[in-house]
Amino acid sequence: MLTVTDIGVRRGGRWLLQDVSLSAEPGARIAILGPNGAGKSTLLKVMTGEMTPDTGDVAFDGEPLASIPRARLARRRAVLPQSSMLTFPFTVREVAALGITVPAFPLDRASQERIVERAIAVVGLKRLADATFDTLSGGEKQRAQLARVLCQLWACAEQGPAPHLFLDEPTASQDLAHQLAILDVATAHAERGGTVIAILHDINLAAAWADRLVILSEGQVYADGTAAQVVTEAMLADVFRVVLSPGTVPPTAVPFILPQTAVLLEDRALVSSGG
Amino acid sequence: MTAVATGSMRQAVSRSVRPSRPLVIGAAAVLLAASAILSLAIGATGISLDALPRVIAGLFDPAIAADPAAIRERLVLLEIRLPRTVLGVLVGAALAVSGAVMQGLFRNPLADPGLIGISSGSALAAVSVIALGDGLLAPVVQLLGPYAVPACSFVGGLVATVVLYRIATRAGYTSIATLLLAGIALGAIASAIIGIIIFGSDDRELRDLNFWMLGSIGGATWPKIVGTLPFFLACLVALPYLSRVLNAFLLGEAEAGHLGVSIETAKRIAMFAVACAVGAAVAVSGVIGFVGIVVPHIIRLITGPDHRVVLPASALLGGALLLVADVGARVIVAPAELPIGILTALMGAPFFLWLLMRRRGGLG
Repeated sequence: MLTVTDIGVRRGGRWLLQDVSLSAEPGARIAILGPNGAGKSTLLKVMTGEMTPDTGDVAFDGEPLASIPRARLARRRAVLPQSSMLTFPFTVREVAALGITVPAFPLDRASQERIVERAIAVVGLKRLADATFDTLSGGEKQRAQLARVLCQLWACAEQGPAPHLFLDEPTASQDLAHQLAILDVATAHAERGGTVIAILHDINLAAAWADRLVILSEGQVYADGTAAQVVTEAMLADVFRVVLSPGTVPPTAVPFILPQTAVLLEDRALVSSGG
Repeated sequence: MTAVATGSMRQAVSRSVRPSRPLVIGAAAVLLAASAILSLAIGATGISLDALPRVIAGLFDPAIAADPAAIRERLVLLEIRLPRTVLGVLVGAALAVSGAVMQGLFRNPLADPGLIGISSGSALAAVSVIALGDGLLAPVVQLLGPYAVPACSFVGGLVATVVLYRIATRAGYTSIATLLLAGIALGAIASAIIGIIIFGSDDRELRDLNFWMLGSIGGATWPKIVGTLPFFLACLVALPYLSRVLNAFLLGEAEAGHLGVSIETAKRIAMFAVACAVGAAVAVSGVIGFVGIVVPHIIRLITGPDHRVVLPASALLGGALLLVADVGARVIVAPAELPIGILTALMGAPFFLWLLMRRRGGLG
């Protein structure tokens, strides 16, 4: 159970986040959406403990985040960053193993190796397990990091309740098959009772995958609900500045949008329509 | 067609065959042992290693110990070469480990205690004491006697670290970039002041100063080793923690935090460990360059960046490199001695270049 209460973050005289509250039950799949600069990454940083908010607080299962020591926090949540680079090249297998060895989970060597090999297989990098990180493509690097995150999650799960999983644009540099595969991995974690919170840019992908969509706009929560409740013509115009009416996929009535029919509102058009 | 070609090329470049951890550490330990034997066996007096059994026997048998030749052998081996060897191992290990820790902490292959001004701070303090010992700093020399130079050198290294940390830390957050740049600036200032002191000093002092700038472990004595040992040990104690934490730092600071590392605590421990090791090393041997950059890189090229191998293997190889360099320093212009820094650079740099070129060849 994750509880975020009245979060405010002020930087350089500007509120990056204001009065943001949300809660997530075990097993929930939550997608955070919003235009660039809406505060999505800031909110993720606050929820993972990377950034201390100016107002409000975050609690894991009722325990305030600020009072959880770092080492213990690594057993309560794992985080997949947006992009990453390594100055000194580890191999894929070594990167994945960091998810177990750095939080120092008390697992024997055989269990560690079993978890690492399974994580590498799940993210589809078995063939590149001995490749060094600097030789990977952007998408492969992201999946190597995901393998590390999975190692941390699974090592946690062997010790206690399923931890929280935070994903910052996990599908950004992936092809369609890998986008779906990564979200399947997240779903599997949710089905084991873990809470998954992901920043996504693709509204269709978010609507198809998440139980709940949280729409951020200018540092505040604009809407919080199921895809059917949230993905509306009004929201698309107000938040994303696009005139577009969503369709629905029967029989579950999951909304979808087709960019072919979209019209940009004046303030977002990079090319003036007047010529 | 293209896909197949790219795929096979990538197989060639990206597979990394890495020797196991015990193999690398074991090989480095063997090298260190061989270097230590070399260091004990070679010297200006012509006493070789076959004197060692007689010396050991003399420790238990007063009849053998009373022999004048045995007294001389014992003096050379136990009071000159052995402390010099022990000090060489300590200094080499401290410099190599400090380099490895700084490079890991800064995620920058150029980071080195010499680069962020810790060595320069130590050296400036030492040089000041030598040059101004008869005048301005006479009370310090009177108070500390023969320990004035090493003590001030150690304090200089610590002061440099604390000043750097203050400059680079705002509201509890240390900026690595600011630390690195401030370190370069502080190092430049320290070097400039050292240059001014050299310019204004007479010949005898200049020779001493040169020795401080290029290093030597020729002044090794048991009291010096005992005096600096606690600082070397303080660094050693931090290594198991640092090896785990620095692996996480290679992913980035935020990622290290996600994996449960207390980032600011880790930085403080890393910097304190380095200040201890470098301050102590400069105090007894002056500024010896290249060990801190070359040794960790050689280890990384062989075994990859895992600090659980890099830190212990760097310590062993650093000790070995310094001992071999010291043997060269004693032998090449015997009975005089070369500054050891010249030899560490001459030995370390070409090997480093060869490894780099070999690696680039492999990368196509």
